[in-house]
Amino acid sequence: MTLLHRRALFGAAAGAASLWAAPRATLAQTPPPAGPFRLPDLPYAFDANEAAIDARTMEIHWRFHHGGQVNGLNAALRDQPQLAAMPLDQLLMKLNEVPESIRTAVRNNGGGNANHTMFWQIMGGRGGEPTGELAQAIAQDFGDFATFRTRFTAAANGVFGSGWAFVTVTPAGRLGIVTKPGQDTPLMDGQRVLIGNDVWEHAYYLRYQNRRGEYTANWWNVLDWSRIAARYAAAKAGTLGV
Amino acid sequence: MPFTLPPLPYSTNALAANGMCQETLELHHGKHHNAYVTALNGLIESKGLAGKSLEQICAEAGKSGAEGLPVLNQAGQHYNHILFWQVMQPGGGGDDLPGALKAKIDSDLGGLAKFKEDFKQAGVTQFGSGWAWLVIGNDGKLKVTKTPNGANPLSTGEGQPILGVDVWEHAYYLDFRNVRPNYLQNFLDKLVNWEVVADLLQKGGMKSGQSA
Ligand SMILES: [Fe+2]
Ligand SMILES: [Fe+2]
Repeated sequence: MTLLHRRALFGAAAGAASLWAAPRATLAQTPPPAGPFRLPDLPYAFDANEAAIDARTMEIHWRFHHGGQVNGLNAALRDQPQLAAMPLDQLLMKLNEVPESIRTAVRNNGGGNANHTMFWQIMGGRGGEPTGELAQAIAQDFGDFATFRTRFTAAANGVFGSGWAFVTVTPAGRLGIVTKPGQDTPLMDGQRVLIGNDVWEHAYYLRYQNRRGEYTANWWNVLDWSRIAARYAAAKAGTLGV
Repeated sequence: MPFTLPPLPYSTNALAANGMCQETLELHHGKHHNAYVTALNGLIESKGLAGKSLEQICAEAGKSGAEGLPVLNQAGQHYNHILFWQVMQPGGGGDDLPGALKAKIDSDLGGLAKFKEDFKQAGVTQFGSGWAWLVIGNDGKLKVTKTPNGANPLSTGEGQPILGVDVWEHAYYLDFRNVRPNYLQNFLDKLVNWEVVADLLQKGGMKSGQSA
């Protein structure tokens, strides 16, 4: 089988059935345990981010990677109704109050759930540059958009192994760049996340293989700056969740 | 160049019938492993590695915590992949182990079936990129362990690895997508070169023969 075959594109209309057409790709899906956390619908079709991410990667990433983390979080919190009732961002900010026996499961699955929910939300656009208040904040904290973009991309490329690069935002609207391993999130440090890029290999391997730098460069072309501006406003208003 | 990419002990299409396709091996060996070798060579001067063996570099970097990570990431991955290529073969795996290895697994690890479950479990539960290992511990007993990213039992001081499986997604994503458990099962059923593992047990570990 060639990469070309694997790269065959499947739109959202083809739905889950498309996955079963992939030879050798045996995709496990365990029945979701009952629980409060749900896999959010993608706010666009699987092929909406084609300028950076192929439809098949979108589908596997959302349905199986993110879906698995939703199931894992619900399973970890099965006997913890009080924790399960907390908003996810609050839960992650108070990880040290989670019983030790399930803390790693909540950290990995809860972090993954928050990170991927944010990740889907900020894409589906056509890239470009932010305007207004957010553009001013970027200018203030990084000099200009090009510098910001260069620094963020370098941070994402520099993550060794699985992890994420994030832009954090304070209640005053100040921005910063941080990286995290695994599915950790700045929420675990009490910081809010404006945007983040997933640099686990599953995020790009089918299309880019070892060439992470091409993925992180193209990723800017699918950002939706209107949705990101709304996150920025929410952060300043104190209403931004994950 | 002091560190070099060793050739695969089989062709890049040799494992295709056993769950590791040609593209995976071409990329994994020719791109991923090669990039670690190149990066490690680039650190020799700035990090004062000249004259040290690969094994020594891994152990010392592991003791240096966060400060040692830039070296460990590359040196560990070079060592780990050298071992990984050796412990696979076309039509490997299964339950027919050389006697001494079988007896050692029986006495130290509760039998082959138990070992395989524990080894798979180590691979499945290594969150994110990393490795699962069968190690000759410092007490001489076999044990199963796992390490993140480029770390290995030399860098953690846990002993000498004689079997390792790469659970970075690049090792299995083209063949198994997100289903890491199936990759690990396939590795044990169809890929492990038990003769090499038995030989490494007898020798007390792998000597890469590489130094800066
Ligand atoms: Fe992901
Ligand atoms: Fe690898």
